[in-house]
Amino acid sequence: MSHGNMNLTLKIWRQNSGKEKGQLVTYPVKDISPDMSFLEMFDVLNEQLVSKNESPIVFDHDCREGICGMCSMVINGRAHGPKTGITTCQLHMRSFKDGDTITVEPWRAQAFPVIKDLTVDRTSFERIQAKGGFVSVNTGTAQDANCLPIPKDDADSSFNAAACIGCGACVATCKNASAMLFVAAKVSQFALLPQGKIEATARVKNMVAQMDLEGFGSCTNTGACEIECPKGISLENIARMNREYLVANCKD
Amino acid sequence: MSNTSPNFITSSIGKKFLMGFTGLFLISFLVIHVLINACIYFNDGGATFNMAASFMAHNIIIRIVEVGLFLGIILHVVQALIITLQNNKARPQKYAVQNLAVSSKWYSRSMGLLGTLLLMFLVVHLANFWVPTKIAVFKGEEHNTFESLKTVFSNPIVLAVYLLGLISLFYHLLHGFQSAFQTFGLNHKKYTPCIKSFGFWYSVIIVLLFASMPITLFMGLIK
Amino acid sequence: MSKLDSKIPEGNVEQKWTKYKSSVALVNPSNKRNLEIIVVGSGLAGASAAASLAELGYKVKVFCYQDSARRAHSIAAQGGINAAKNYQNDGDSIYRLFYDTVKGGDYRAREGNVYRLAEVSNSIIDQCVAQGVPLAREYGGMLSNRSFGGTQVQRTFYAAGQTGQQLLLGAYSALNRQIGLGTVDMFARHEMLEVVKIDDKARGIIARDLVTGKLERHFGHAVLLCTGGYGNVFYLSTNAMGCNATSVWKAHKKGAFFGNPCFTQIHPTCIPVSGDHQSKLTLMSESLRNDGRIWVPKKKDDIRKGNEIPEEERDYYLERRYPAFGNLVPRDVASRAAKERCDEGHGVGASRMAVFLDFKAAIDRFGKSQAKKLSIENPTAAQLKEFGKQVVEEKYGNLFTMYEQITGENPYEVPMRIYPAVHYTMGGLWVDYNLMTTVQGLYCLGEANFSDHGANRLGASALMQGLADGYFVIPYTIGAYLSKEIAVKPIPTTHEAFVAAENEAQAQIDKFFAIKGNKSVDHFHKRLGKIMWEKCGMARNEKGLKEAIVEIRELRAEFWKDLRVTGKPNEMNPELEKASRVADFLELGELMCMDALNRSESCGGHFRIESQTEEGEALRKDDEFAYVAAWEYKGDFTYEMHKEELKFETIKIAQRSYK
Repeated sequence: MSHGNMNLTLKIWRQNSGKEKGQLVTYPVKDISPDMSFLEMFDVLNEQLVSKNESPIVFDHDCREGICGMCSMVINGRAHGPKTGITTCQLHMRSFKDGDTITVEPWRAQAFPVIKDLTVDRTSFERIQAKGGFVSVNTGTAQDANCLPIPKDDADSSFNAAACIGCGACVATCKNASAMLFVAAKVSQFALLPQGKIEATARVKNMVAQMDLEGFGSCTNTGACEIECPKGISLENIARMNREYLVANCKD
Repeated sequence: MSNTSPNFITSSIGKKFLMGFTGLFLISFLVIHVLINACIYFNDGGATFNMAASFMAHNIIIRIVEVGLFLGIILHVVQALIITLQNNKARPQKYAVQNLAVSSKWYSRSMGLLGTLLLMFLVVHLANFWVPTKIAVFKGEEHNTFESLKTVFSNPIVLAVYLLGLISLFYHLLHGFQSAFQTFGLNHKKYTPCIKSFGFWYSVIIVLLFASMPITLFMGLIK
Repeated sequence: MSKLDSKIPEGNVEQKWTKYKSSVALVNPSNKRNLEIIVVGSGLAGASAAASLAELGYKVKVFCYQDSARRAHSIAAQGGINAAKNYQNDGDSIYRLFYDTVKGGDYRAREGNVYRLAEVSNSIIDQCVAQGVPLAREYGGMLSNRSFGGTQVQRTFYAAGQTGQQLLLGAYSALNRQIGLGTVDMFARHEMLEVVKIDDKARGIIARDLVTGKLERHFGHAVLLCTGGYGNVFYLSTNAMGCNATSVWKAHKKGAFFGNPCFTQIHPTCIPVSGDHQSKLTLMSESLRNDGRIWVPKKKDDIRKGNEIPEEERDYYLERRYPAFGNLVPRDVASRAAKERCDEGHGVGASRMAVFLDFKAAIDRFGKSQAKKLSIENPTAAQLKEFGKQVVEEKYGNLFTMYEQITGENPYEVPMRIYPAVHYTMGGLWVDYNLMTTVQGLYCLGEANFSDHGANRLGASALMQGLADGYFVIPYTIGAYLSKEIAVKPIPTTHEAFVAAENEAQAQIDKFFAIKGNKSVDHFHKRLGKIMWEKCGMARNEKGLKEAIVEIRELRAEFWKDLRVTGKPNEMNPELEKASRVADFLELGELMCMDALNRSESCGGHFRIESQTEEGEALRKDDEFAYVAAWEYKGDFTYEMHKEELKFETIKIAQRSYK
């Protein structure tokens, strides 16, 4: 299906480790098929680098079908590239034109330090999750699943919040590097379900406290995260978390 | 799970809450302000206007509220400074290329800048009107605010500064109004569009009303 | 077969697990605190096992190669999870789920294991709902079900097209809770490279910190491998890029037998390869076959576009050959038929390696019924089409969007192109009823083991098995072993066995860097994939398999002579990671071919060309092959096969037919 292959100029962030300084390095790539995915174009470039005995560009990726949340590139100034509703791995080269210059940078945030090249450390998200992103229920203690009817709308809203893949595009996009959308998605998923309500107070307080501790910026409601989120997580979740947080703090 | 109890007001959400709260307080003040200003449209040589202005200058309740108002402004500004500094720290290494235009409005990203412009404007504005009034009250004289209005707005440079200040105010309100509601957790499919359009029309109307006064005064339409 | 003891409890199949649970040895809580368990892999099986074991009080360490446990490839499962809840009142039962699974596995699975799987399936749903997993619901607030994978009951629970994601996030949340409580130590961006054995028992692992490149030694009283399948032997598969066989393969070389390595599931509805650059394949839910019609041009080498080929020149080959099931024949049958048509020269698309999946008929049909529903008389053709599209969009919108994203073609207007792709491996480390491998203290859970799916896995069963193993099986069965280990004090990692294992891992790394050849890891991986796909893929024959074995050996030799690994060992180095994985695939691939060669019958996902009926259907040979082939590594790439005979005491064996 190749109609007109492309030659492109890539400017890619190279940084050997978190301790060293990084810079944008220019790489020309030739004969790129529009049917390639963006990451497959990186594969091609890396093969070239290996053949020249240079070290290939390190980037996070795994499932390559938009669900694992591993891939994380800011492409021409936009998290996951020029299209909305997809991750970097779902971006295809037909979104670019022959002769284009493409700048690729890692997620940039204090709480996401660069490990190498385009790979960043997102364990700050993990620590937030460990503070309350769960329902405290041990295996084997559950009652029959249908003993707890849940209105379909609530279940659907909860699902929509739970669709977050934890990629961090919200942080990367936000001018303040705020993690509110990510944290709000988890808080909302549980806040909307009866199972989650039991621990709602502690959850929102603990998770927000950890979020602040990790050095994310604060939300100024620009709404950019919602637009760039590959899973379309809604700003409503942030409002819900604000509400939950306020109520939780009124309680004691 | 056990419950850690961080301080609400120093948390990121608490700070935002305070921003929204003080913001809405200042927004409500603007309504009073514009209503009093609108008294010039009685076009009675400033009689009604001066009466209202004098009431505002002397009433004890208003005096107390005024203190609150200044406190509100100070809180709003100081919080904004702290949040901005923290937010800057959250991204020490900036992007070489960043395209935010597609995902957010310029004014929602420029609240700090717009706020700074507003603050500068506020200083000018206070110097023009509030300070002379206070001096008069202090001296026990009756201040003709209406006359000073006419004097101040006869200067085209001052008029331009005011109009610029009002443009900053417009964009600041455009984001700020609906943003405050989002911060309070009021985001609902049914009501948010109403809040947003109310915020839009509020910003438009209040700024147009404010702008109409120096313009009409400058043009000599109000005697 | 003295070497293989499946340890299936005596008694009726219905009673085995219940009796086992009430008689298995327990570990006292104060002893659990002193017992350490290593879990490798953090997908459904790994995360659920780690969380459940930590809840019980064991000290757990979890390892995954991704940056977070949540990234494991279980997350990509779309369809759903089976459970015998019978919420639909349509006659489902534990027995039926058990029966369907054994039959679906083409009678190559253990009755005892499968029955247990069906039994605990209900508890999985309860557990997940309690965790706050937002499964789909009806308006009345009850859980919703759909039918899946050709079964006659609606027993599949789902969360839109993201069931795997939601279930994994549920297990991940349980894991996070334990991490927060300090009972689980999480080691993300770590890859296991060796099993450490002391006195013939698994006592730990050697793992490489993928960020610093440092090798680490970790002790555990028991080691659980939950590292998923090995579909990436084929290079192109629906697996994630990092999915690998290293942990199971290294365990295999340390004495764990490998069960039925040749059993691979090929999924019929994937998006075809678009060129040499292709790095992975994307699956589209099988549900598309409910309404789409599959066809190829009757003429060979017809290069016309799908829409330009008139109706009478189309061959709806599945409907023609299998009138009863038509487009809904099982995965293996549909996959093979597609390959057969393409091999005969009827393939479509630029690569000619694809068949059409056409929704035109469905759009027409839906359009008419929708018009009727809206009581529109004499609707125009454009109206009908619009209505039809709306219905299709409602049912399959997200899949159609995904297809368009990847191919750049609009599937509402032109027929989709699909082709089969490697999706799941039923084979894996041989385990007994306790999920223990042939190495004492070394367990294997989830897709990584061989146990429950026989020769072919039913849709929506993989999620069920992963969670069953982790939540409800291992917490009981591990007691049988650990109750005897309570006296064992943690062994310091300065023990010679740890040193030796680390040296082995280090030696392999050094060897990679010493080659200084000319070809990249991907180069070898792609070539291996091609051999495997051509000769050990959907249809296999003796000649091809023998050739493949020789070719893989040659490729392996070339790999060790001409490989180039750039960078350094003591840094983040994906080339090195890939090299170590592909080195293992190059060995495993050979064993898969050997197993396929040995099994000269057709069954489930394994079709031997020599073993088919006159009509060209799979012919199983129950007299000769009703066994599990468990391969023992004898050193120097020699293997010995042990047979575990499969006894069917509850279910009567029958030949499958989909005519």
